[in-house]
Amino acid sequence: MQIVVCVKQVPDTTEVKIDPVTNTLIREGVPSIVNPFDKYALEMALQLRDKHGGKVTVISMGPPQASAALRECIAMGADEAVLLSDRAFAGSDTLATSYTLSQAVRKMGNVDLVICGKQAIDGDTAQVGPEMAEHLGIGQLTYISTIEFDGEKLIAHREQDEGYDVIEAKPPLVVTIIKLAMDPRIPTVKGTAKAYRSEIPVWTAADIAIDPKSAGLEGSPTLVRRIFTPERRGKGELIQGDSKEAVDLLVDKLRQAKIL
Amino acid sequence: MSVKILSEECIGCQTCIDSCPYGAIVMKDDKAVLTEACTFCGACESSCPVSAILVEREKAEESQDISSYKGVWVFIEHRDGRIRNVSLELIGEGRKLAQELGEEVSAVLIGDNVAEMSKELFASGADNVYLVEGSAFHHYSTDAYSIAFTYLIRKHLPSVILLGATNDGRDLGPRVAARLKTGLTADCTSLSIDPETRLVAWTRPAFGGNIMATIFCPDNRPQMGTVRPKVFKKPVPDYNRTGKIIREELAINEKDIRTKLIDVVKVCTFSCNLEDAEIIVSGGRGLGKPEGFRMVEELAQVLKGTVGSSRAAVDAGWMPYQHQVGQTGKTVAPKIYIACGISGAIQHLAGMQTSDVIIAINKDPDAPIFKVATYGIVGDVYEVVPALTAKLREVLQ
Repeated sequence: MQIVVCVKQVPDTTEVKIDPVTNTLIREGVPSIVNPFDKYALEMALQLRDKHGGKVTVISMGPPQASAALRECIAMGADEAVLLSDRAFAGSDTLATSYTLSQAVRKMGNVDLVICGKQAIDGDTAQVGPEMAEHLGIGQLTYISTIEFDGEKLIAHREQDEGYDVIEAKPPLVVTIIKLAMDPRIPTVKGTAKAYRSEIPVWTAADIAIDPKSAGLEGSPTLVRRIFTPERRGKGELIQGDSKEAVDLLVDKLRQAKIL
Repeated sequence: MSVKILSEECIGCQTCIDSCPYGAIVMKDDKAVLTEACTFCGACESSCPVSAILVEREKAEESQDISSYKGVWVFIEHRDGRIRNVSLELIGEGRKLAQELGEEVSAVLIGDNVAEMSKELFASGADNVYLVEGSAFHHYSTDAYSIAFTYLIRKHLPSVILLGATNDGRDLGPRVAARLKTGLTADCTSLSIDPETRLVAWTRPAFGGNIMATIFCPDNRPQMGTVRPKVFKKPVPDYNRTGKIIREELAINEKDIRTKLIDVVKVCTFSCNLEDAEIIVSGGRGLGKPEGFRMVEELAQVLKGTVGSSRAAVDAGWMPYQHQVGQTGKTVAPKIYIACGISGAIQHLAGMQTSDVIIAINKDPDAPIFKVATYGIVGDVYEVVPALTAKLREVLQ
C-alpha cells in the first residue's frame, strides 16, 4: 500500500495565552508541534503499512522550519518525507493548500491512500482533506476512527453524532482521521537516528507543476478581513459558604431568576 | 464554462462514458464525443486517464458577471426522516441575510421521498425549495449529494450557500467548494452583510478559540460557509407560509458513487444528543476518576438533562467522544450548563460559552471557568454536586 500522510506544523494552541492588559494573543514562547490529529493519521498509516506492506510518505506544506515536523514523523516510523516550500505558496487558504498538496500527490503517482488528520488545531477548518479528494478526482472518507483493509477494499467507521456509520470503499481514497482509541506511537531510538540523518527533499512550485493562478494568495478565494479577540462574557457571581449553604443559595437564586 | 474532448488525445478507452451523469458521451469512430445532453458539469474531466478532456471553467467563471448570482441557499440535512435543527436555524439566519440583500432564501432538499419536509422548510422561512429526489439519496453520500448539489448550483447560481458545520456538512461543503473553485469558510459563529461591499462577512473562531477571524470571499461565487449548530435560534414555524417547489430530475450513475454505506450503528440514542439539549451537566478532569460521572449523570437525571464532558475527561477515557463539548467536540448552547470539575480551558469555553446560564463548580477559585460562569461555587465537587442533586430533587418534586 502506498500511503501519503499530510501533516501540518502548528502552534500548540493549548499553550496560547491572552495578554490580560492588551487582550491580544501572546505568540512568543508557544511551541510548534505536529498537529495532534495528523499524528493519529500517521499512526493509522503506519498500522496499515505494518500489516499490509508498502510505504508511508509524509508531506507538509510550510516554511523551511516545518521540516522539523517531518523529522518527527520519520522518527515515529514514516519511510520518507517531502516538504513543499515556496514563497509562491504563501497566503494559501484551504482551496489553494489542498491544490498544492494534491499536485505533490499527483507527482508521486500510484498513491492508494492519502490520510490527513480531521482538522488542524490552529485553523480548525477540516476542509483540506475533502478538497484534496476533489482536486485528485478520487473518493473521500471523513471523520474515520477505524479502518480494515481486505486487500481490495476498506471498511471504515465514520463518526456520527449518535454513533458511527460503517462505510466501504476502494482505494484510491482520501481519508481524514479523528482521535483514535490508541495513542500515536512515540519515536524509537532507531527512528530518531534515521530522522536525524535523513535529508528531507524540498519541492517548490516548479517541481510539482503548480499553476500560479491556483496557488498561494492568488489561488485563494477567501481572504481574512479582520482578526479580533473574542468578547468574554461578563464575570458572574461567586456564591460563598460551605457546600450545603452555597447550594441552597444557588437554588434560591435560580428560582428567583425564574431559571428553574 | 465549456467541455472539450481532444480527439487526437483520446485513446478510446470509454472510461469517461461511465463518469457522465447525463449519458452525454458516446463513442464515434473509436473516439469519445459529447452529445447535446452535456450540461458542462465537468464530472468527466478527472475520469480521463490521458487528460484528453478539457473543462474550461476558470475562464468561463471569471468572465461570468458575479452579479448574475442571486439568493441565499441553505443545504438541508436530515437523518431518519427528520430535518436537523441546524438546517432550520440556518433558514432563519439565511432569511435575515437575504432580506438585507433584497433577495430570497431557498432550501436545498436532497433525499429519497422527502418532499413532505418542504412544509417545515416553508414554515421556517424558506421562499423556495429546490428538490432532488431519488433512491441514490436515501442516505447521505459524498458523491451522490455533491453531484446533485453542484448541478443545482451551476443551474440556478445562488450567491450565498450555508451548510451546518456537522460531520456531513463539513464533508459535503469542501467537496462542492473545490469543484466550483470557490471559497468556503468553516465553522462560522456569526454572519452579517458588510455594508460597504455587500459581501457576507463570515466570522469564526480560530487558534483554538483564542481569536476570531472575519473572512470575505470577494471575487468567487457562490460564497460558501459552514455554520455551527446552535449559534442561531430556530425560527418559530408559521405553517400558513407557503413557497415554491422547484423540482429537478437528476439520474445518478452508480459508478460515480465511490463509497457504500453498510451499516448505521448507534452508540447512544437520546442520551448524547447534546446539541439539542436544554440542560447539560458536564464533568471534567476535576472529578479525578471515571466513577465521578455517575454523580454527574445523577444530577443530569434530576434536571432531565444530558451529560457532557471536557476533552480532558474524554482523553482520559472516562467518557466516549460523542459527549465532548468544545472546539474539537460539540458546540452547545443550552438554557443551563453546569460544569463540574472543569477548569475551563479556552477550547472548552469555545464550545459552551453562549449557554444562557452557566453554573461552575470547581475547587480552584482561579479556574478560568469562573470567568464565564453566571454562578460559581468554589468547593469539592464530591460535596457540592450531591448536595445540589439532593436539593433539586426536593424542590423539583
